[in-house]
Amino acid sequence: MEYGTIITTRQGWTGTIKLNRPEAMNALNSQMVKELIAALDDFDRDNTIRCVVIAGSERAFSAGADIKEMAGMTAVQMAMTGHFFPLWDRVGRFPKPIVGALSGFVLGGGLELAMSCDVLVASETTQLGQPEIDIGVMPGGGGTQRLTRAIGKYKAMEMILTGRRIAADEAKTLGLVSKVVPREAYLSEALKIAEEIGSKSPVAIRQAKMAVNKALEMGLSNGLDFERELFYLLFASEDKDEGMKAFMEKRKPEFKGK
Amino acid sequence: MKTEVKNGVMWITLNRPEKLNAFDGQMGDDMLESLKEAEKSSEVRCVVVTGEGRAFSVGEDLNANKGAYEGGKPVLLGEVLKRKYNPIVQRIRRMEKPVVASINGVTAGAGLGLALACDLRAASDKATFHEAFIKVGLAPDSGTSFWLTRIVGLAKAMEIGLLGEPVDMTMALNLGLVNWVFPDDRLREEVTKISERLAKGPTRALGLTKRALNRAIVVDMDSALEYETYLQDVAGRTADHAEGVKAFFEKRDAKFNGN
Repeated sequence: MEYGTIITTRQGWTGTIKLNRPEAMNALNSQMVKELIAALDDFDRDNTIRCVVIAGSERAFSAGADIKEMAGMTAVQMAMTGHFFPLWDRVGRFPKPIVGALSGFVLGGGLELAMSCDVLVASETTQLGQPEIDIGVMPGGGGTQRLTRAIGKYKAMEMILTGRRIAADEAKTLGLVSKVVPREAYLSEALKIAEEIGSKSPVAIRQAKMAVNKALEMGLSNGLDFERELFYLLFASEDKDEGMKAFMEKRKPEFKGK
Repeated sequence: MKTEVKNGVMWITLNRPEKLNAFDGQMGDDMLESLKEAEKSSEVRCVVVTGEGRAFSVGEDLNANKGAYEGGKPVLLGEVLKRKYNPIVQRIRRMEKPVVASINGVTAGAGLGLALACDLRAASDKATFHEAFIKVGLAPDSGTSFWLTRIVGLAKAMEIGLLGEPVDMTMALNLGLVNWVFPDDRLREEVTKISERLAKGPTRALGLTKRALNRAIVVDMDSALEYETYLQDVAGRTADHAEGVKAFFEKRDAKFNGN
């Protein structure tokens, strides 16, 4: 499909969405939001796609929401259109895993988009922040909730209240990104992780992603019950039969997503 | 500040000889601009930093702040570091081209920070190092505490930092603080040879080597090993690598074009 603000490609099990507004450092605007949703819909329906990578450019994953577009909006307009909410909702409930390939600026809505992904790889040049406070507002796309859950209250407060950015290595120390790699390698590393995830059983991957996400929302005993139900359910899958058989036959399993 | 590009080498010359090349605000800005230009220009494949006159650089220009000091007002040195020296040190370390310090004379304070931030140091036998901060009641800055401990070890760094005695080039060479010491009248000629050799080298691989070494001094071995594998993957795809291997098989000198 042809888009104006993003580029999508398919390779192996992986569908890649590359944000492509280089003139605006990949700032999110309403067209990009619509196109991101359409691309995610497309990859969701496509059974040959088992994992998605969202990337920007080496210079900027995304510098945030397009302030020019946002500056003229009224509170009522924001509320009635939901602003970017349809995107946060779509990406937040996306059933397949998403690997975020970060480099350069990952700011504001850019960081909120990144935190909607499931695994984050960062180039050594990455700078992450929620600078909304500097323009007289606050994060509105999940930043206060997801950042706090990811790195804890005190570090999240510091970042959100001062607008200060953190570098890739610090983000790794805080557990926000899994890997920091040279800038030449961030995209290839993200694709490698995506392909690795794609080689597993899509059924098990789907359930596992859901269970981990629920851990942030449920109390422990409900979470454990939920996990157990999902676990039992996997015993009805062909992929479970194949996986265990391959293990005993000492060969690589071939999962079909059934 | 003077800059000149010759045979692939950008010579950056600190040019306030009457002030022993002390840094005022202007020189700090000029230095940053020159480094930016060196980074961008594909013609430049090596950088030399040197000083005009009898000093390399004596660091911050205390005279420029004389009024403030005499008026009893503290100078906001933290701001000076953040705005002037730290960005210079960071830019030199991050530049993916070799930077050679041609240390022609007295080197003190942030001037020493500048020299230590460079990748290689060639010095005149007349040069001296002064980690002079303690003499004016200050702590080490502009990266000198970082580099001294890494180059000479903690014990020697303590001695240099706490006593602030000058280090002559015989001792500097023994400690590894400089790579070469040359008779004063041969310094320029020798640095020209070294820098032009570097400018003819495989620039990408030199840059990647710099990144690998930069990282290796601050991380654990496993991370350093992993980082090396990524960089080698990049180096392995450069034209200069292909040329280097081809020249090896053909038993001739490689001709690197920097890509």
